Amino acid sequence: MSCVLVVMEQRGGAWNRMSWETLAAAQQLASQIGGTASAAVIGGDVAALANELSSKKLERVYAVSHPLLANYTADGFTAALEQLIRKANPSYVLFPHTYQVRDFAPKLATRFNQVLISDAIGFRVESGAPIFVRQLFQGKLNADVKSGGAEPHFASIQAGAFRADQIENGSAQVENFAPTLSADAIRAKPDEPFRESARAVDLTAAEIIVSVGRGIKEKENIPIVEELAKALGAELAASRPICDSGWLPMERQVGSSGQTVSPKVYMAVGISGAIQHLVGMKGAKTIVAINKDANAPIFEVADYGIVGDLFEVVPALVEEVKKAKG
Amino acid sequence: MAASSSKDLLTERWLLSMKIIVSIKQVPVRDSQLRIDASGRWIQDNDLSFEINEPDAYALEEALQLKERHGGEVVALCAGPARASQTIREALAKGADRAIHIEEENLNSFDTLGIAKLLAAAAKAEQPDLILTGLQSDDLGYGQTGVVLAEVLGLPHGTIIMAVEKLNGSIRVKRELEDGWFQNVEMPLPAVLTIQSGINKLRYATLMGIKKAKTKEIKRQTAAELGVTATPTAVIEKVYLPQRTKQTQILDGNAKEAAAKLVEKLKFEVRVI
Repeated sequence: MSCVLVVMEQRGGAWNRMSWETLAAAQQLASQIGGTASAAVIGGDVAALANELSSKKLERVYAVSHPLLANYTADGFTAALEQLIRKANPSYVLFPHTYQVRDFAPKLATRFNQVLISDAIGFRVESGAPIFVRQLFQGKLNADVKSGGAEPHFASIQAGAFRADQIENGSAQVENFAPTLSADAIRAKPDEPFRESARAVDLTAAEIIVSVGRGIKEKENIPIVEELAKALGAELAASRPICDSGWLPMERQVGSSGQTVSPKVYMAVGISGAIQHLVGMKGAKTIVAINKDANAPIFEVADYGIVGDLFEVVPALVEEVKKAKG
Repeated sequence: MAASSSKDLLTERWLLSMKIIVSIKQVPVRDSQLRIDASGRWIQDNDLSFEINEPDAYALEEALQLKERHGGEVVALCAGPARASQTIREALAKGADRAIHIEEENLNSFDTLGIAKLLAAAAKAEQPDLILTGLQSDDLGYGQTGVVLAEVLGLPHGTIIMAVEKLNGSIRVKRELEDGWFQNVEMPLPAVLTIQSGINKLRYATLMGIKKAKTKEIKRQTAAELGVTATPTAVIEKVYLPQRTKQTQILDGNAKEAAAKLVEKLKFEVRVI
């Protein structure tokens, strides 16, 4: 029988929330291909986390632990999971598409002569096999991708693509798995993770956010959107390229490498809507997009859209907002 | 004293100097209007303009800066059709010393593993100290070529790198983690790094650089010469426009009219004004 293995992510005993979404995806894939789902959790000591998983509808929970797995390394995680996969023999292995997974899952798939179908936003099953959907060209197009070759097949699931509240409960047996690892085979020596500095700007508390992207063209044009933010009483934010260029400080960045926000209103000005940006703001209650390209992916998530030149629209908007506020 | 310290400096410079390969990709320019081709499996790319994949531009810049600090050589490596030679020339104009062009018209028949094997075959012959590439491509966006390349070559790697510091025989890199976290990692050389956009400030090619680029060596190799055949496991079956998840209300009219309509919505429906 086909088995789907989901590799859950944790750090210091705390789950990465995307793991639950991927667990839901694994359960759905298993039921659609007439198989079962199992889960693996990996680290220095994962007994408590594995125990937590035993209340889910899973065939088995693998507690993969070893002192050399206490701190993440690509070499350690790849070796441990390779051994687990060779033993458990799943047909499909799913991961949450996190930065950590991006670091080791392609390496792991290569060990099996496979390619990780990364950042999938969904799948549908045809003739007993899943066809994964993923985005191309920064979200402008979608592609159906099929994984051929010998099992197992590997895929990682995008944040927000599945819902954690759809996880089915049940009971699962926990199996301890102790991989054979040697310290010499782990080439990278990681230090403790750190934060650059306390964030001076907490965008997560803002009710209204005006966010600016590449469409603003030049640093000298930033005051145009600044004025709109001021008129609306909003926080000013930006997509990654704006912060990369130093036009606004990094702490104002929204997206997968910046802050995740869910304000009442998120106004995206000149932002095309690459997925790395969308994951940081698609939880906003109301999304407004102002963009000259009617096909920009931002319009897929927008509630209100203005297709036009931001250099004309934004000043007009400032005037109208001032008028409305009296 | 003076002689010995200048000799030490020379030795140190020799120890730190590196041969760096930068793997770059040519992609359609960012605001291209994309149309799906007749096969339904890719885009019509014969009438598009192309440019260097943006994260790869940052990888190139990082390589050039490392060379400026420590000495050594920067070799640009690019797999792509004949048109990719334009992007390669631009890399040479910015300061890469020479280039390798794996010239194949139909790279779509290779999957990530196939491309990584092509790059690995060409890179291996160079015996580099360091291989840099962008963290992902703006077209396919798998974000894994660098990692797979490292595995094929049996090298350690680091992903989403925001700083590179050369040590004696090893490097110390700053990895970006999610949510504002970072981590320093040390690893032996040779190694492969995938570079995050924004790690440095991109330079422009100078007139002198553009002139010099014309005389720099571009070695052309084919997949057959590198002994790599396409045996893809991950195959794109269909490319299509995404379905809208939300019904967007487009507010039309000229700028003033559209702005007035939006304020109306913000005031009476969303109620934030």
